[in-house]
Amino acid sequence: MNATAKPSKLIKGATGDWEIVVGMEIHAQITSKSKLFSGASTTFGGEQNSHVSLVDAAMPGMLPVINEECVRQAIRTGLGLKAKINHRSVFDRKNYFYPDLPQGYQISQFKDPIVGEGEVIVDVSATEQIIVGVERLHLEQDAGKSLHDQSPTESFVDLNRSGVALMEIVSRPDIRSAEEARAYVTKLRTILRYLGTCDGNMEEGSLRADVNVSVRRPGGPLGTRCEIKNVNSIRFIGQAVEVEARRQIAILEDGGKINQETRLFDPARGETRAMRSKEEAHDYRYFPDPDLLPLEFDQAYVDALACELPELPDDKRSRFIADYGLPPYDAGVLVMERESADYFEAVANGRDAKMAANWVINELFGRLNKESKTVMTSPVSAQQLGAIVDLISAGTISGKLAKDLFEIVWSEGGDPNSIVEQRGMKQVTDAGAIETAVDEIIAANPDKVEQAKAKPTMLGWFVGQVMKQTGGKANPQAVNDMLKQKLGI
Amino acid sequence: MSVDQATVRRIAHLARIAVRDEEVPHLQQELNAMLSFVEELSAVDVTGVEPMTSVIPMSLPLRKDEVTGHAGADVVTRNAPGADDHFFTVPKVVE
Repeated sequence: MNATAKPSKLIKGATGDWEIVVGMEIHAQITSKSKLFSGASTTFGGEQNSHVSLVDAAMPGMLPVINEECVRQAIRTGLGLKAKINHRSVFDRKNYFYPDLPQGYQISQFKDPIVGEGEVIVDVSATEQIIVGVERLHLEQDAGKSLHDQSPTESFVDLNRSGVALMEIVSRPDIRSAEEARAYVTKLRTILRYLGTCDGNMEEGSLRADVNVSVRRPGGPLGTRCEIKNVNSIRFIGQAVEVEARRQIAILEDGGKINQETRLFDPARGETRAMRSKEEAHDYRYFPDPDLLPLEFDQAYVDALACELPELPDDKRSRFIADYGLPPYDAGVLVMERESADYFEAVANGRDAKMAANWVINELFGRLNKESKTVMTSPVSAQQLGAIVDLISAGTISGKLAKDLFEIVWSEGGDPNSIVEQRGMKQVTDAGAIETAVDEIIAANPDKVEQAKAKPTMLGWFVGQVMKQTGGKANPQAVNDMLKQKLGI
Repeated sequence: MSVDQATVRRIAHLARIAVRDEEVPHLQQELNAMLSFVEELSAVDVTGVEPMTSVIPMSLPLRKDEVTGHAGADVVTRNAPGADDHFFTVPKVVE
């Protein structure tokens, strides 16, 4: 918590350097079929109030009954965060009034959450790794949704989301820059998606962040924080941290004081602004929910869930480095999504892993990004890409022709081997054929031959000519070697 | 333990109950009477006693993750003071 940021991360103010301190509360919607305390569907985007049971609408006499899968999902997530699992936790009522909260309280966990302290290892860049502490994870109900633009005088309320299970994951204030904040949420999202406990879809609101920002003199006492509510994209989280820190620095440097308050980030204006002050609303008067007994389970229950956990991104990354000899950064890129990692492994299986990684990261990911596709919707299958890598390894096609081949498979599909056969893309490795081409070029350009003897870098020009002559099919290394020999350089 | 009139007003506000000024002294008296009644419990020594969460020793019942149905938007909004097109409607809550 008291770690000081590297000098490069400090913000230069008029009166000296400032350090940003950020902690986050992430609300992650649990992947489950039905709600936390009712049998209503969690499906997103239904007709208004069509996924609402009488429990969700808080009709009198309705009692909550907990969904066991939501409990398991919270435990799985706790295990994925290497956190302490609490065998006994308690549900409390958090009391406040808002139209999208029909009960008049949210069922949450206050004093005794299901998951205690854990940590997230965050790769900030190719060379920098930080550890962000997790303070706790607790289960709670989501609220409904209010629409304010349907009528000039009324707000419209849809309770479809009311009662859906959320995990609130509270970090320690271990984050020191906008970049670290983005990287933390990215990593957390990756872990949740690997575990299958939250789909991480920020557009649909499955993952939302409350960002606590304060500034201080490097290593000094913590400043007063402001909480920026409900930021719903990773990019906006970074922007919100940056603009809020600068706003606070400007106030402090003018001799002002930061008011602890809740603010909203307005992406269109690139600023944060105070929400309407509702001081009294902060008196939540938590107390144990008398409708629910404490949630208790034993270590065997936790162990059984631990056994079924998938390989997590950090472990997968380590394995990719150790088993495939990949650079840590490449391994990190490949494990970002479970599907990408699976795709890579299918391509690398029985092949040159580094070449496979290069093709997946540079050619495939590059192309997918350009067309806003994902590995799941890739027109080139792992099997097809594997065949392309095989053709390169066997020396059948050159790297350059392989890129052309990739393009053909991308846009037309088909078996790479047949395409190479049919379109005569095979690389010429036959020394005789290459020699003929080399001899022709040398004979046709006596002046260049003279120049090359004085200036060996001219070799590149000859290679280019020979490649042109052979339609790009000659093995470049063979051409290079033969030219050197013939030109005597 | 007892409450003053400011606390009575505050509790009423948090519960969104409109309380007229002339009602406050009466409510204060009622609340204080309840508090002093409950206060008798503090005479009991509960050192080392686990807080009781249920009168019958049982664990929290869990249900399977199954969609068991919805009330229907008609039913859910039927008794609402305000509804429009299957939405609940309330006086506008944003500035």
